[in-house]
Amino acid sequence: MKNNNNGASFGSNLKTALFNNKVILLFTVLCIACIMTSGSPINYIASEVFSRFGRNACLVLALIIPCLAGLGMNFGIVVGAIAAQIAIFFVVHWGFVGIGGFLLCALMATPMAILFGWLLGKLYNKTKGSEMITGLVLGFFADGLYRLFTLYIIGGVIPYDDPNLLDRGFGLRNAFDLSDSIKYALDDISFVIVFRVLMIALIVLQLLKLVFASKIKHEESKKSCLIKLVLSALGFGLSFVLMMVPGIASMIGGTRLILSDTLRVAMIVYVVYLLIKRFAVKDEDITNSKLIKAAIAAVLVLGLSYVPAIRNVLRSISISACTYAVICLFCFFNNWILDTKLGQDMRTVGQNRIVAGSAGINVDGIRIIATCISTVLAAWGQLIYLQNLGTFNTVQQQSNVGLYAVAAILVGGASVQKANNRQAIIGVVLFHTLFVVAPLAATQLIGDSAISEYIRMFICYGVIAVSLAMHAWKKKGFKVEQKSIVDDGDNKDVVKTLF
Amino acid sequence: MNSEYVVKMNGISKEFSGNRVLKDVSLMVKPGEIHALMGENGAGKSTLMNILFGMPAIWNTGGYDGTIEIDGETVKIDSPQKAMECGIGMVHQEFMLIPGFTATENIKLGREVTTPTVASSFLGKSLEVLDRRQMRKDARKAMDTIGLSIDENTLVGGLPVGYMQFIEIAREIDKTGMKLLIFDEPTAVLTESEAERLLKTMKVIAGKGIAIIFITHRIDEVIEVADSLTVLRDGTFIARLETKDVNASKIAEMMIGRKVEKLVDETEDNRSLNKDDVVLKLRDYHVDMPGETVRGIDLDVRRGEILGIGGLAGQGKIGIPNGILGLYHASGTVEFEGESIDPSKLGDALKRHIVFVSEDRRGVGLLLEESIEQNIVFTATQVENKFMRNYGFFRQYDKAAAKKHAEDMIKELDIRCVGPEQLVGSLSGGNQQKVCLARALTMDPKLLIVSEPTRGIDIGAKKLVLELLVKLNRETGMTIIVVSSELNELRSLSDRIAIVSDGKISGILKPDDSDANFGLAMSGVKVGGADDGEA
Repeated sequence: MKNNNNGASFGSNLKTALFNNKVILLFTVLCIACIMTSGSPINYIASEVFSRFGRNACLVLALIIPCLAGLGMNFGIVVGAIAAQIAIFFVVHWGFVGIGGFLLCALMATPMAILFGWLLGKLYNKTKGSEMITGLVLGFFADGLYRLFTLYIIGGVIPYDDPNLLDRGFGLRNAFDLSDSIKYALDDISFVIVFRVLMIALIVLQLLKLVFASKIKHEESKKSCLIKLVLSALGFGLSFVLMMVPGIASMIGGTRLILSDTLRVAMIVYVVYLLIKRFAVKDEDITNSKLIKAAIAAVLVLGLSYVPAIRNVLRSISISACTYAVICLFCFFNNWILDTKLGQDMRTVGQNRIVAGSAGINVDGIRIIATCISTVLAAWGQLIYLQNLGTFNTVQQQSNVGLYAVAAILVGGASVQKANNRQAIIGVVLFHTLFVVAPLAATQLIGDSAISEYIRMFICYGVIAVSLAMHAWKKKGFKVEQKSIVDDGDNKDVVKTLF
Repeated sequence: MNSEYVVKMNGISKEFSGNRVLKDVSLMVKPGEIHALMGENGAGKSTLMNILFGMPAIWNTGGYDGTIEIDGETVKIDSPQKAMECGIGMVHQEFMLIPGFTATENIKLGREVTTPTVASSFLGKSLEVLDRRQMRKDARKAMDTIGLSIDENTLVGGLPVGYMQFIEIAREIDKTGMKLLIFDEPTAVLTESEAERLLKTMKVIAGKGIAIIFITHRIDEVIEVADSLTVLRDGTFIARLETKDVNASKIAEMMIGRKVEKLVDETEDNRSLNKDDVVLKLRDYHVDMPGETVRGIDLDVRRGEILGIGGLAGQGKIGIPNGILGLYHASGTVEFEGESIDPSKLGDALKRHIVFVSEDRRGVGLLLEESIEQNIVFTATQVENKFMRNYGFFRQYDKAAAKKHAEDMIKELDIRCVGPEQLVGSLSGGNQQKVCLARALTMDPKLLIVSEPTRGIDIGAKKLVLELLVKLNRETGMTIIVVSSELNELRSLSDRIAIVSDGKISGILKPDDSDANFGLAMSGVKVGGADDGEA
């Protein structure tokens, strides 16, 4: 009897789970179908998807905060991309190269992005309720101004003596080459360097915490600060020890990490981390069932990575340690900011502006901050994108940034009101898989390779339309039942049946 | 504490653009006392509370006259924030809750507990991280105080309305230094048993020394919980009494008690009404209209009469016609001239010439951007293909016929305008209402239902509209149902008045029944009336 009940509830749970994830499911099925028809080797597709993921993820992650602040899909991230490109023109012209040049680009793009974001936020506040169309149109408008900038103002107004300048004396050439400057500036940093920088950052952070501890923290957290400080220092030292071991040195010292090794190590580290949290730190959030689930997942991944077919694919793929670390930092930043008072205010504003206002929250200010953060993240995301690409179209590289990013996050199951890191990540993977394989599949089916660009545009717009329509379906189907609280006697039961 | 009263409002007056809504009203509440503020719709209860809570709507319209003392000190409350600082909290009628947040997040909304971080010490307090554990603890404590047993991590969206109310209360309780809590019609949206629990909770809160102002029109609840009460009527202060000194019918009389002004001049009445000649018959009739739910009524409408339907806002009187016309989901039996109508089918009632003039004149009733002519003929062209030339395959709008009709109507109803081409949006409220009536008459109604006929209309136009209704009834024998929150209006034109309370009919009264009877019926006490008398 009891089993029966569980079976039924499991069945209905599964049904709800499938229904809630139907956008993801649809596109997964579509991806698999395309992969099967394309006839391309899985190695090729996978490595293509991974490199596109590294390139695009940050831009998509920039959409989460404005979405939660009730601004919808921020098509306006185009202005962030423009800030990044303008910064690149100057940094490259001044002759900065490598990671230094890249960081200078980021430094220079940030104030520009904040300014653009502030203006964009002001505009959004004037057009509450139709931010998406405003962002889209503003993107076109900014595009026009940017073209004026690249085709006339550079060289025409601002002195700019550079081989990239057109012969007529003003305006830039159509293609901007980064291969001698910041191409792969970020991608080529080895894991061991990233790790050391991270450890140093942690040490500095803990030191800062300790400095402020006297006035802001109590004894217990002081202790945990010290422990973290020691651990980071140990980690820093460990990296030097590991570099002395030849096998490991070649693994972590190169510019790329092999996916199969990374995956295995990551799984082990994750489980060990959970164990430490559970038993040494005694974190209440980590339950035994969560621990067991993580362990099973880790064992599965480890096991699968030794299956020959999968191993071959995994071994053939290499990822850039630093770019992926930056993606993780973006995710971490999103989560952190949402856990602050500011983030809570953003979510409140996103849910209901009137309630937020009556709770003493400065609604317009919060919306502007959210737009600024998004624009800055987008600028940095565009920099990461361009350093990986190596060369870009001076005039119109930024045009479709917003569109592609929005399409990706929607495929991941995000809606106009709700988005998170997980949806962004899944979305980028699915969208770019489709982006890679759909033209291949179409070529296979129709026998003409010229149409692949059209297929891509078709996918992009189609994806947005379909996922928005599917989300509308979800909302319509969801009806909240309102019940009386006292009639049933036991209050908790009512609540349970409601959820 | 240097005063007997926690709040003392003296000589409060307030006018909105020349219209005096409060005249020299005073209100005094002692600590730990439950004080009921009573009055009909429009008596000025909400305005008074908005003044006390410093709502922007008051300050944007020129402030108020009079003084407010908190604990004996005169204060100027010019924003809700200031009110909160003074220890005044408000449980709103429309919940200020966020459905996507947990109970904890809602209770601590805007007052989250945070711990400083490195970033916050450079970039300001807003980057402090939330201390969710402490927030949960605080929320738990507030919820335990009022006996709310749900998990503090439950999402608020999808909770029953009763729970939402309690979460609002928990939020107010959680604020430090709370001295006075205002409950704005808290039981209006609750079921009976939920309301009972709420009243108990109010007693618990008052027991902690927090004063409560309880805005309501339910007399029985006041008798049950309140220690004292203030009655307002038409913006004037009627009395401040101890509950133990009064009884229900005395309160009802004080709330209603005004002399009936004649809104309609006497006309010759040579109708003969037969109480067995029923035109419209409702049996076990329910309407699911948000905010105006009808919970099972039986009602007979006699041929040729004017039936008034009255009651306070939110009790369900507006739901009755909206359900018959199929605008909101209705169930039960609806019979018109012996044939049953399917209220779930939009337009079914209209086809049988039951015509409805909506209370939402500007939203549902009129096409504001269209001409008078279009507005008058619109429904008839849609439903009955009137003013259409038929060509077999298609129909074409017969402009000449429509114009002629519109001009006739303008003359007949005395619509003040420059011509049938004038846009309806530019007409005054009274003339807009006449256009609505003209449109209804174009449908040749057998039963005309008019909802809130005088809402938003000045006094002169009011009289014209009401007289028009009487004239239609007397001259053509048309059966008319008038739904209105203005009792005075119903009493001056109806043959019988059905009072709706809590979605049910609490009594069918004669227009000349006593004020006390009307008051009791409006607060939900069943009273015998017109029907019993004749039976």
